[in-house]
Amino acid sequence: MELEKEILKLIENNSQLTAKNLAIMLDESEEKINFIIKQLEQDKVILGYNTIINWEKVDGEGVTAMIDVKVIPQREVGFNSIAERIYRFPEVRSVNLMSGTYDLSVVVFGENMKDVANFVSQKLSTLEHVQSTVTHFILKTYKKDGYLFDEPEEDKRLVVSP
Amino acid sequence: MSSMQKYISNTVKSIPPSGIRKFFDLVSQTEGVISLGVGEPDYATPWHIREACFHSLEQGYTMYTSNSGLLELREEIAKYMKKGIGIEYNPEDEILVTVGVSEGVDIALRSLIEPGDEVLIPDPSYVCYGPGASLSYGEPVSLPTYDEDEYRLRPDVLESKITDKSKVLILGYPNNPTGGIMHKEDLEALVDIIVKNDLIVISDEIYSELTYNGKHVSIASLPGMQERTVVLNGFSKAYAMTGWRIGYACGHPDIIGAMTKIHQYTIMCAPIMAQKAALEALRHGEGEMRKMVEDYNYRRKIIVSEFNEMGLTCFEPKGAFYCFPSIQKTGMTSEEFCEKLLIEEQVAVVPGNAFGESGEGFIRCCYAASVSNIEQALERMSNFCIRHIK
Repeated sequence: MELEKEILKLIENNSQLTAKNLAIMLDESEEKINFIIKQLEQDKVILGYNTIINWEKVDGEGVTAMIDVKVIPQREVGFNSIAERIYRFPEVRSVNLMSGTYDLSVVVFGENMKDVANFVSQKLSTLEHVQSTVTHFILKTYKKDGYLFDEPEEDKRLVVSP
Repeated sequence: MSSMQKYISNTVKSIPPSGIRKFFDLVSQTEGVISLGVGEPDYATPWHIREACFHSLEQGYTMYTSNSGLLELREEIAKYMKKGIGIEYNPEDEILVTVGVSEGVDIALRSLIEPGDEVLIPDPSYVCYGPGASLSYGEPVSLPTYDEDEYRLRPDVLESKITDKSKVLILGYPNNPTGGIMHKEDLEALVDIIVKNDLIVISDEIYSELTYNGKHVSIASLPGMQERTVVLNGFSKAYAMTGWRIGYACGHPDIIGAMTKIHQYTIMCAPIMAQKAALEALRHGEGEMRKMVEDYNYRRKIIVSEFNEMGLTCFEPKGAFYCFPSIQKTGMTSEEFCEKLLIEEQVAVVPGNAFGESGEGFIRCCYAASVSNIEQALERMSNFCIRHIK
């Protein structure tokens, strides 16, 4: 379990680490590392390998919105059933159950604002048990998943130190 | 000779320029260099430490402090020393806050050395010890250490170099450039010789937190050694605070008093903003520091394994963030190797002879670089070795 956690911590920060390097770093065999990673993938502990991209630098297209959703919980299933209906829409990037003034926080990505507006008015708010929605468009991303978007910390060291 | 050279003191003229500096000029003219030549963390100082400095400036802390440094910082250093190496120092008169360990080395030597006194220095070692001894009008004496001993100082080597002029022994462990450390039993083997010959030890422990697979042992913690040892440490390496220039010296009140005299007439006091940042580092910086050290540990394993694979045999360094592989199989001198590597593959490493004669035939590679940079540098070095190892 400890080794699994060590592997997860390392590849969470850098999914490009090779099994060979992980093996050297953790004093284990490459075969064992490969085996554990496969196992973690099968058990859905590792769900995927994403790349964090600053799309604004590439084309600036696309709009992301965070939508606060109030829902009426249902008997026996609470919020799960409605959350499941919401997260199955392909436009939806993430869904979280929240404490506080609203129930679900839904992150939606669309090609443009009209796309997102259509999704909210036609698909999301018309769902049974959805009481209200408040849509916040993301204007600029400064930091995501621990990475700074605008000001990456450059290596400011001299090439050879004195 | 230009016209002003005649005014320069012979002592300064007699000191050769740093081997690292010479190489730096060459590196600066080359483009696209991946560097394993930088002897400092590739992290910026943890944010909360920088934030504490901003806060102190906002509060108006822009003035001199006591010559010895802020008392609250010295108290915190005393706690750290007690916890870290098990030695109690009185913050009032046994601790001095310095402008980095470099100042500590300088003023310790100037406090202790009479003209002609011999200063015993393990070789290879950090570049400032020998010139520091010369600038104090002392005579640096080199104590060779060897690859096969993992660069630990052997008692017979120490004993063989002692004369009636020997006064100071400088220990710099964990060692820059080799990554060697001294275990408790290695230090114990030196104590009798040190006491018998009435030597004073200057122990540069700047890399003490960067000790892998075990805990750093200070020679000052061994019986009878606290009063004849000046322990130097600082924040540059463990807390990624190289540019802050903040360090400290701990030792007998007479020696610290003498060092404080020089310090007050030359430096006056360490900058207050750096002292405030150091205080934050000691109080709340341990978690971030441990994370950085863990990261260096991973990188260390990768670099050592790859060097051995490509034929540049390298013992596993147990401390600091350098490894010191042998380049003897290429048949080149360390300077030739570094120049050729730079020109052919644009990788900067430092020639081992910059750190003393015993470093000839080796190169210093710093693994405080990102894994991707290390991988890229190693790939280029591997190509270089395929061409040049016969």
